[in-house]
Amino acid sequence: MSSAFQGFMRKEILHLLRDRQTLAILLLLPLIQMLLFGFAIRTEVDDIRLAIVDPAPDPATLELRNRLEASGLFDVGSVLTGAAGLKRMFEDGSVRQAIVFESGFAARLARGEPARVQILTDATDPNSGSAMQAYAMAVIQRYESELRAARSKGATGAVQIALQTRMRFNPAMRSENLFVPGLLAFVVTLVSALMTAISIAREKEMGTMEVLLVSPLRPWQIVAGKVVPYIGLGFGTLVLLLAIARVVFDVPVRGNPALLLAECLLYTVTALSLGVLISTRAASQRTAMIAALAGLMLPTMLLSGFIFPIESMPAPLRAITNVVPARWFVIVVRGIMVKGAGIAQLWQETVIMLGMTVALLGMSARRLAIRLE
Amino acid sequence: MILPADPWTALSASADQAPAIEARELTRRFGDFTAVDAISFSVATGEVFGFLGANGAGKTTAIRMLIGLLAPSSGSARVAGHDVATQADGIRRRIGYMSQRFALYEDLTVRENIQLFGGIYGLSGTQIRDRTQALLLRLGLEHAHKKLVGALPLGWKQKLALSVALLHEPRVIFLDEPTGGVDPITRRQFWQMIYEAAAEGTTVLVTTHYMDEAEYCDRISIMVDGRIAAMGAPADLKRDHGVESVDDLFVRLARPSSAAAAAGA
Repeated sequence: MSSAFQGFMRKEILHLLRDRQTLAILLLLPLIQMLLFGFAIRTEVDDIRLAIVDPAPDPATLELRNRLEASGLFDVGSVLTGAAGLKRMFEDGSVRQAIVFESGFAARLARGEPARVQILTDATDPNSGSAMQAYAMAVIQRYESELRAARSKGATGAVQIALQTRMRFNPAMRSENLFVPGLLAFVVTLVSALMTAISIAREKEMGTMEVLLVSPLRPWQIVAGKVVPYIGLGFGTLVLLLAIARVVFDVPVRGNPALLLAECLLYTVTALSLGVLISTRAASQRTAMIAALAGLMLPTMLLSGFIFPIESMPAPLRAITNVVPARWFVIVVRGIMVKGAGIAQLWQETVIMLGMTVALLGMSARRLAIRLE
Repeated sequence: MILPADPWTALSASADQAPAIEARELTRRFGDFTAVDAISFSVATGEVFGFLGANGAGKTTAIRMLIGLLAPSSGSARVAGHDVATQADGIRRRIGYMSQRFALYEDLTVRENIQLFGGIYGLSGTQIRDRTQALLLRLGLEHAHKKLVGALPLGWKQKLALSVALLHEPRVIFLDEPTGGVDPITRRQFWQMIYEAAAEGTTVLVTTHYMDEAEYCDRISIMVDGRIAAMGAPADLKRDHGVESVDDLFVRLARPSSAAAAAGA
C-alpha cells in the first residue's frame, strides 16, 4: 500500500513539473511581490521635512538640533518659537515631523528634572511614519544616554529627557508593523491553499477523483498525496522569501531561526489544509479558485494584521480575525523576527495553528470519507 | 501470453457459484425523487450485462451504489461477494470502473498512467512491468508509451482507459457509457476487448444508450423511471415482446411511462 501511495505522490509531482507555466508563475510571483511590496512600502525616509519648535533656545536644544541635522536624515525647514503654525504645516504636507522642546530645557536637564520634548510625526503612511519616529527618537535617546554617561562620573542627579511621541493622522499605527510577516503569510496562502484547492478540484472536474475514490486508496492517502508535494513548494517559497527579506531588505531575525522555519512549515500545512477543505466542497477549478481568492487571500491581506492593525478594527471584525490562520502566523513571525520572541511567548499562537490544521485536515478527510453521500 | 492467475479467483472456486453482482430491492432517493426504485437483479460471473435506459432513468445512480460512491437508501447489494453498504473496502480492490468521462491523467504519459493505477491497485513492480508491456502490445501503443495521454485520439484514450481499468484483473468491471462519442470502428474494437475480458472470467456491467451495443450483451435490463421494465437475453426479450430490435422494445417500454407522466401532470 505504501508503494501505491508513493506512486500517487509521484504523479502529483509530475503534474506540478509538467505544468511549466504554472510552476514558473508560482516561483516568480512571490519574488516579484516581495520586491514590489518591499520597495513600495519601504518609502524613502531620508530628507524628512522637519520643523523645530524651540521657544527658548539653549545649549541643549541647539546641540540636539545640530545632531538631528547632522544625521543627514532630516531636512530642517523651519524653526519656530511657538506651535501655532504646526497644524497647518502638517496638513499641507510642508512638514512631516516636528520636534517640540519646552522652554528651559537645558536648565531642567542640569537640575535633573525631566526635560520634556515632543516628537510629532505624520503617520499617514504608517511604515514611513514609524521609521521617521524611530530615527528622531534614536537621535534624542542617544544624546540622553551620552549625557548620562558623562554625568554619572560627576554624579549630580539623573539626566531625564521626557520623550513624548505622537502620531498625527494615524495614531493606531504600530512600529513593528513590518510587511515581511504578512507577505509571507500571503504568499504561502497563495501557493499552498490556492494550488492545492485547484489541483484537487481539477481531479473532480476531470472525473479522476471518482476513479480514485473507487480505488483502494484511502481518503487520507488521497489528501496526503495531493498535499505533500505542495508542502515542499510552499515551504521552499517561504525560505526563499525569508532569505530575500534578510539579504535585500535587511529584515532582522532576532529570534531562533530554527523556530522560525518550524513555524513556517506549520503554517504551510495549515494553508494547505485550508486549500484541501475548499476543494472538497468546490466542484470545479473555477469555483475553487474564486473561493480560495475571496475566502482566503482577502482575509489574509486585510484581516491578518498585515495591512490594518487588528486593535483598531471594530469588535465584530476583530472577532472574525480570530479564525483567520494568517493572523496567528503574522503574530508568530513578527514575534520571532522583530521582537526576538521564543516558543515561551508564542506557544499559544502555535497551538492555535496546530489545532486549526488538525481540525481542517480532519474535516477534509471526513468529507472525502463520506464517499457514500 | 497467459497472465498470472489472480490468487483471489484461484482460491475462491466456490465463490464463482455465487453471483458476481446481486441487487435486492436496491433503492436510492434524493429528497422526494426516487432515482432508483427497488431494483433486483443478479449477474453471473463472466456475464456481460447491459444496463439500458434513457438519460435520467437511474443507470448511473445504480452503478454509483454498486461501486460504493453512493449509499443505498434501502435494499442491499453484493458485489464480488461483499456487501456494498458495509464492506466497501473489500469491493474496491476487486472491481474496475470506467466512468462516462475519460478519467486518465492527460498530462501524464501512457506508461505513467499505467504505472500509477497499477501501483494504486497494489500490483508489484514486476506485475506492473509485465502487464504494461502486454497492454501496450495489445493496443499497438508500444511506440507511443512516452506520449502524453492528452495527445492521443479519443478512441485510443478510451481503449487505454478500459485496459487500465482491467489492469488489476478485477472480478467485476463497471463501464458507465464507455463508448460515448467514439467512432463505430473503435466501438467494435472496444467491444472486442470487453468480450476478451469476459472470456477471462471478468464480469462486465455496462451501461449504454446505443441499442446496437445492447445486442452484444448476454443479458440486458431496461430501466425506465428508476425501475427495471424488462430484463433478459436480447433475443428472448425481442421474441417475448414481438419486436424486431432492442431499439423498438426500448421505445415501446419508455413510451407508456412518459405518456402516463404527462397525463398525471
